[in-house]
Amino acid sequence: MSDNHAEHEEHIGIPGYIVIFLILVVGTIFTYFSSFWDLDSIFPGANTLLALAIAFTKMMFVILYFMHVRWSSKTIWLAAVASFFWLLIMFAFTMQDYFTRVSGVFSA
Amino acid sequence: MQDVSAISGNSIPADEPKLNYINNGHTLKSWLLTKDHKRIALMYLLSVSAFFLMGGIYAAFIRLELLTPASDLLETATYNKVFTQHGILMVFFFLIPAIPAILGNFLLPLMIGAKDLALPRINLLSLYIYWIGGIITLWALMKGGVDTGWTFYTPYSTTFSNSYVMAVGIGVFINGFSSILTGLNFIVSIHTMRAPGMTWFRLPLFVWAHYATSLVMILGTPVVAITILLVAIERFARIGIFDPAIGGDPILFQHLFWFYSHPAVYIMILPGMGVISEVIAGFSRKRIFGYEFVAFSSIAIAVFGFLVWGHHMFVSGQSVFAGLVFSFLTMVVAVPSAIKTFNWVATMYKGSISYDTPMLYAIGFLGLFLVGGLTGLFLGSIGLTVHLTDTYFIVAHFHYVMVGGQVIAYLAGIHYWWPKMTGRMYSEFWGKVSAMLVFVGFNLTFFPQFILGYMGMPRRYASYPEELQVLNIFSTAGASVLGIGLLMPVVYLIHSLFYGKKAADNPWMHPGLEWRTSSPPPTENFKEMPVVTWEAYDFGEESGLDIEEARRREAVTV
Repeated sequence: MSDNHAEHEEHIGIPGYIVIFLILVVGTIFTYFSSFWDLDSIFPGANTLLALAIAFTKMMFVILYFMHVRWSSKTIWLAAVASFFWLLIMFAFTMQDYFTRVSGVFSA
Repeated sequence: MQDVSAISGNSIPADEPKLNYINNGHTLKSWLLTKDHKRIALMYLLSVSAFFLMGGIYAAFIRLELLTPASDLLETATYNKVFTQHGILMVFFFLIPAIPAILGNFLLPLMIGAKDLALPRINLLSLYIYWIGGIITLWALMKGGVDTGWTFYTPYSTTFSNSYVMAVGIGVFINGFSSILTGLNFIVSIHTMRAPGMTWFRLPLFVWAHYATSLVMILGTPVVAITILLVAIERFARIGIFDPAIGGDPILFQHLFWFYSHPAVYIMILPGMGVISEVIAGFSRKRIFGYEFVAFSSIAIAVFGFLVWGHHMFVSGQSVFAGLVFSFLTMVVAVPSAIKTFNWVATMYKGSISYDTPMLYAIGFLGLFLVGGLTGLFLGSIGLTVHLTDTYFIVAHFHYVMVGGQVIAYLAGIHYWWPKMTGRMYSEFWGKVSAMLVFVGFNLTFFPQFILGYMGMPRRYASYPEELQVLNIFSTAGASVLGIGLLMPVVYLIHSLFYGKKAADNPWMHPGLEWRTSSPPPTENFKEMPVVTWEAYDFGEESGLDIEEARRREAVTV
């Protein structure tokens, strides 16, 4: 295990991890303050979209650096991408219902 | 590994004391802190069986209540709790873990030629998580139980129910992590722990089925965990997620719940299909017909299984367009299941079939799963399902798949590998009687429910019109026969532990790696690292399986 840790620390080192941590903290603070802005006046759901964008960015930092996916094998990359694909399936098929409830292809 | 004596079953004199995984340490600590996958599997066997018994007792109460048209044995509120708790215990604590956690844990390393799973500590952790989730759930049931149905549908679970919804939810939530860790362990083990020569296409189909199951466990289970958390957030913080009064949508719960819970059906049935592949090939003494197709159909079921969840929601308010798409995809997911069924039957064709107890269960599986699968197409049809939704037709359908499929496959597997797990043979006579009783009792219980459902009897009610009583009496009578059939293995399998004939290392003369070590296996599984030079299900001499020589040796020794 100690060998593994040493190997991982070579990637970005302790200072690198601290930087990533600070990015996550800044992202969290940014999410909090952005919720006070009235972005929904631009288009409905803009506030939610911004919050999700920040969350997605933070998640990418966690996956790539904290979980070491950036330096992992292609199999690990495949697993990571597949999980997003599955998430996409869940969203797409659920929204397929919501988007066709009123003005769907077969509704009156 | 090519030496016939290594597989003949009598290479080691029966009376010679052997150190195996069972007698390698007798203290409670040696069991509770074990990292041996076989011991963990045995502890799962005891735990899962206890939950099966409890779920069965609830089932008995349901059938006794429905013996008469009036609600006279249980109060209606109590009846709601009884069917809910039957479902929760059976689905989350028996059907999902039974085959992967017991047979999968025990056999997967043996089948791939490994000393253990890749992550033994994680394996033990998954057992402890299962226990913790189970204890919390049982505590909640004893405190007052839950009455929402096993599906926890909103708004029952968020607004109207005053029962122990969240306590049970937490139990199920925690239990989910046990599934995830087991699935993770299996995937890592299959990728990294295969013996030399054990290529992907030499893997037993049991392993392929568990690989596909593990994918579903890892990808689906977190979603139901998050869904339960969202219910908790709405119940406690009144944040509108599922309640329309505060900005939520109850149909969203159903989307999230079924995104996991429909694939969970495949978590339950895919390992069973793996067992059936092993048993049918073994007792037909033939390589499985269309090995690659059966292997990839497991993966196809796992993938397509994620695309059909909306067929549980045809009448719930989902859009007609979405219903149409889900209906079409439901027809598609039937294809890989049909491939498996056809290939099993084709394997038996011109095979050298022997009707031992595991094979009787496997043949029973073929018929029952066929009925369960085909009635699924009725329910996947967007027009017909309007008439059948929430009737006993649904109850009959999923019991044909879950009990007729998974439970029968589980029993087939337990009987098949019992000699390997315990080193003892059970009574074939009683095994066959039990298999017959289970088959007859099962059909008598659930076939009338198809008719009841078609006649319009709704599920989840304690009373019904008098004209439906005859079929309900058939069903309750069948449940009694089924109950006896299911209790019999408990008796003769336990009896075999003390009085059963010692099992040979390879009592069925089958070629899999698990049969090439002693019964019961040593802690490290194999005395030497096995090197695989034969194809899967190779019953020829090339695999080192000279059955005539082995039988001669057995005859001489016995």
